[in-house]
Amino acid sequence: MKRISISPPVAALLLAVILFLLSGFLPNGFGSDLAVAQSQATNILRLAVFLGVIAAGQTLVIISGSEGIDLSSGSVVTLTAILTYVIVKGQDEKVLLALLVSLAVGGLIGLLNGAGITFLKISPFVMTLGMSGVVTGAILIINHGNVSGKVAPVMARLIARPLSTSIPIPNAIIIWLIFGVLMWLLLERTTFGKNLFALGVNRVTARLSGVNVTGMNLATYALAGALAGFGGFLLVGNTGVVFINLGQPFLFPSIAAVAVGGTLLSGGKGSYWGSMAGAIVLTLITSLLTTMQMPDSVRRMVLGATLLILISIYGRQQALRQ
Amino acid sequence: MRRSHLNALAARHPALFALALLVISLLINVILQPNMFARDTLNSNMRVFLPSILLTAGQAIVILGGGIDISVGGIVSIVNTVLATRVGLDGSPEKMWQFVFISLAAGLLAGAINGFFIAYLRLQPIITTYATSFLYAGLALFILPNPGGGIPAQIAALYRDSTPLNLPLAFYIIAIIILIWLYISSTRYGKFLFAVGGRAEAAYETAVPVTLVQFSTYVISGLMSALAGIAITMLSGSGNADIGNPMTLNSITAVVIGGNAMSGGIGGVAGPLMGAITLGFIQNIVSFAHISTWWETFVKATIIVVALAAPGVINLFRSRRA
Repeated sequence: MKRISISPPVAALLLAVILFLLSGFLPNGFGSDLAVAQSQATNILRLAVFLGVIAAGQTLVIISGSEGIDLSSGSVVTLTAILTYVIVKGQDEKVLLALLVSLAVGGLIGLLNGAGITFLKISPFVMTLGMSGVVTGAILIINHGNVSGKVAPVMARLIARPLSTSIPIPNAIIIWLIFGVLMWLLLERTTFGKNLFALGVNRVTARLSGVNVTGMNLATYALAGALAGFGGFLLVGNTGVVFINLGQPFLFPSIAAVAVGGTLLSGGKGSYWGSMAGAIVLTLITSLLTTMQMPDSVRRMVLGATLLILISIYGRQQALRQ
Repeated sequence: MRRSHLNALAARHPALFALALLVISLLINVILQPNMFARDTLNSNMRVFLPSILLTAGQAIVILGGGIDISVGGIVSIVNTVLATRVGLDGSPEKMWQFVFISLAAGLLAGAINGFFIAYLRLQPIITTYATSFLYAGLALFILPNPGGGIPAQIAALYRDSTPLNLPLAFYIIAIIILIWLYISSTRYGKFLFAVGGRAEAAYETAVPVTLVQFSTYVISGLMSALAGIAITMLSGSGNADIGNPMTLNSITAVVIGGNAMSGGIGGVAGPLMGAITLGFIQNIVSFAHISTWWETFVKATIIVVALAAPGVINLFRSRRA
């Protein structure tokens, strides 16, 4: 008996397409109206961009193995979103500065995570969890309940608006595609990527084969922090407002997106394409449940059950008996 | 000579550091709250800590067995909402005990669901319990969409004001947990637990019933979560579907502060219990120290990160000198 094998990213994407097509049959679905269907699809994709970008850093640390995970990404997103909001103050010329600050602050927090994990041997789960608390505390101090600021018009144009009037694809999706290609290059075509997978498979063999494990670990967490910082920058460009709880709701979905995309949570195997597909599936399910006007309780249960079914299909680990 | 002696001691008793932390936080607490050891003050502290202590004990078993349980807060919420809606403020004691029994069964069932997916379907613990946490939290919200309901005041008083022999009720419960743990760790099951957490494949090859042991840890955690849910309901006297949510990550932090390794197989239950009490003291210290509200989260999180980092820092300095 030959098992049909289908790669997780493709499976997740197929699932997204099927779910979307089925959603057309809902009472308030798009039915046979293609224009509505198209606008709904682009809207869901646009929403998936932010989860997708935040999941990028998560993908890196999870691939690096040794229980790698980044629980601080949600609060980093909030922090850099607030920083961007405050720095830009509606001026186009400050946008680049805000982007650099977002990347630097995110990177620095990530580096601290990496240092704690590498040098002090704190497990990634609790190190980044503790860091998340510290960053949330810092946000409260900076924020003091309210901040004054404004996003720049150029950010809204670059992120939220469509490419041009004839091509109704929001820029955010195009940014994401370019971002996806860059992530693919990073993972598959650079020494960093090769070393990262080596780290995830087995740290000892990686070290013996000449990989600088300490440096790689620091770099991975710093990069993950910077990517979360970038996510915060993009997110505020779309929402246009900031609040204390802006980034936290993205945290666990970002881990779920990585898992749904077929990246092994134990490390060493995975892809960013998978995380992208995972982000689309999760965003789709969430927005479908919202369209169906389910109460919050049912929405949570359906989301949990779907996630459980998805990971039961291809998230299984090797059997003990081999 | 002396240094190696210290090292050996620390390796043998991972909870030693937790004990030191507990003593330090206790001393600071006594300075800030001079009547700390008065019967009523002690009781009012301990009854607030007890729900987290119960939850942490279950989490410690799961982590010892090499897993993690993110759904514990959801189970606490289910129990809380069931008791608050089904017993009611004017319910009879018989009804209360009947639903306490049902709550325990619900906790066991929820834990068994986690265990089934993780041990028998071999899914990754973190993402599985994340998915079920949505199921459980959603169910709690379904049972009680808005905070309300409650349990009879005289039953709540039983938990809040019981001080047999002038000692808080919590002391007896902690003693019972530790006695049970001492018994369990001396049995064959205890040895199996450490073996599975240490290295599941090796345990499997030496005929340890790995699947059954993994399954059992989640059932125990479910039971402890239900007990924690009962305790917190009797403490607050009312129902709120989000009551368990912040308790999950707290329990994991407590286990790690208690000296258990996140990868499993190292530690015990007494250390994590001390960790849970320490976290409670830290919360107390932050609220008693008259820190500005905006700074509270930051200070608390920083203390926790420092506590997590301290063993690593000590090791770092020791290995430098050696």
